[in-house]
Amino acid sequence: MVRFIIKRILLIIPMALLVVTLTWGLIRMAPGTFYSSEKKLPAAIEKNIRERYGLDKPWYAQYGLMMGNVISGDLGISLKYEGQAVNEIIGRHLPYSAIIGIAAYLLALAVGLAAGTLAALRQNSFFDYASMSVALLGLSIPAFVLGPLLVLLFSFTLYLLPPARWGGVSALVLPVVTLAAVYAAYIARLTRAGMLEVLRSDYIRTARAKGLSERTILFRHALRGGLIPVVSFTGPALAGLLAGTVVVEKVFAIPGLGNIFIQSIFNRDEPLTLGIVAFISILIMVFNLAVDIAYGFLDPRIRYE
Amino acid sequence: MNELPKTGKVEKGASLWRDAWQRLLKNRLAVFGLVVLILMSTAVIVGPAIIEWTTGYTYDFIPDDPTLYRSMPPSAAHWMGTDDAGRDIFARVLQGGRISLLVGIISTAVSLIVGVTYGSIAGYLGGRIDNVMMRIVDILYAIPYILIVIVLLAVFGSSNSPAWIKWLAATVGGEGNQGLSQIILLFFALGLVSWLTMARVVRGQVLSLKNQDFILAARATGVRVPGIIFRHIIPNTLGPVIVYATLTVPSVMLTEAFLSYLGLGVQPPYASWGSLANDGIKNLAIYPWQLIFPGLTMALTLFSLNFLGDGLRDALDPQTRKF
Repeated sequence: MVRFIIKRILLIIPMALLVVTLTWGLIRMAPGTFYSSEKKLPAAIEKNIRERYGLDKPWYAQYGLMMGNVISGDLGISLKYEGQAVNEIIGRHLPYSAIIGIAAYLLALAVGLAAGTLAALRQNSFFDYASMSVALLGLSIPAFVLGPLLVLLFSFTLYLLPPARWGGVSALVLPVVTLAAVYAAYIARLTRAGMLEVLRSDYIRTARAKGLSERTILFRHALRGGLIPVVSFTGPALAGLLAGTVVVEKVFAIPGLGNIFIQSIFNRDEPLTLGIVAFISILIMVFNLAVDIAYGFLDPRIRYE
Repeated sequence: MNELPKTGKVEKGASLWRDAWQRLLKNRLAVFGLVVLILMSTAVIVGPAIIEWTTGYTYDFIPDDPTLYRSMPPSAAHWMGTDDAGRDIFARVLQGGRISLLVGIISTAVSLIVGVTYGSIAGYLGGRIDNVMMRIVDILYAIPYILIVIVLLAVFGSSNSPAWIKWLAATVGGEGNQGLSQIILLFFALGLVSWLTMARVVRGQVLSLKNQDFILAARATGVRVPGIIFRHIIPNTLGPVIVYATLTVPSVMLTEAFLSYLGLGVQPPYASWGSLANDGIKNLAIYPWQLIFPGLTMALTLFSLNFLGDGLRDALDPQTRKF
């Protein structure tokens, strides 16, 4: 177990570097630079800019410089936001995305688990069909359609909630619901499938034969096994949540990491783009590892090499 | 549960496909999905021509006096209203549907070709090669590909696209067609990131197939490895592959819409459901139909695709059917 964890942690490092290298390569292969504009710069000024940002060095020196920055954990200085460290910018905008993302995932978990478990317990009932159809509907509506539709209903028609921007719990409701919808749908489907399989397994029959109450069987025995697919979904879900916040932040004009990421690409703000990619990649990989470890506790049948 | 095929008469042996088709027809939601998809494809293919023929509107037709026609609510003349340039939204939604469905289908085809080839080679060869190939898939899985796709499209979008994509766009749609090269870039970007799961699915199938007697027989008669993989193994993995491909189409379409919404996907003069919805969001408070119609058309299509995919899974794969 300890060896497995150490092995995985050691694997995260080259993978994160690979992602950064790939992104760096993509940005570098593109024609033009962050300072290119409609107006041609005088040669002397261009030379100064190139020197200032190390662009006059050969590509491998630039690559080495960038990698050194990333490895040391200091992601460099933004090109667009004069004098601001990338670390600082990420630190400033991350909380918005994190709050929305975490709240959305918790909401999705609560709704998805409840709906999925109930649907599995009453298989083929009206509730089962209805909730699974709603779940499929949730998977089919893009967030940037659902979000504005909710705004139209709750902000512009019923005047209940603010349509956009940050501030107060009421402003959080619509973005969180918008982001949560897809994940609630996924989790409900996964829970239902997992629970149906578990409820038919031998150890549940044994529990019934022992005369345990249905409640105990459900909460002590069935859920633990039925939740494994949901746990393994947490990794991809986190990746998706981070991408999803890009849309939700744009729809609701929230100054989160996703918004900054998109802007940094359009601004050709290379250190900021790279920094956010590196940060998010490592975050996702660490989460995947945590999920794999959690497996072992939930399902004793899983063994690590 | 494993159901025996309920064919009434025995005179015609029920093949796997016949059997699956029967099961699919019994699934009302899947049939609903199939019907909607057939209608939607027909509408998207012939619709724009019919609208142009009956009313004269095309997706980029702007009337002579556009101020009179801007942002009109739905009416008999404009079923879905008009956008803020005075264009008929119904014609635009149908035209956009072509692009959206095309992106979904072609990107899925790219992911099919790459994923099936990769997965079957890894599964069939086994051993160390399989190990290395699947480790690569594991590593790629852990990469937040959506970030890379965003960077890729932003960096190589429209005028910056690589020469071979420009060449392809020029061959298909004529010179200087920047919007088209963006769409072609989108096909590859989306296809190349969605083959991973396909490769895993196929590999699993191949592993269980390769030790069966008919493969042994083929090998004994001297069929070479490529022949065995492409003639004998791949056709037998079709069931799960079809199911997974059906479910890849909506997920690719969603990603396309997501990218178009961010302004990175389909570019003018082309439109897709994603970019149309994006245009509509700007006027949400005053002209809600500009978002509602493209958005709901897209949701209906994705919904149908998901239903069909679920139904196909139940029909083609009764063993792993989730009860």
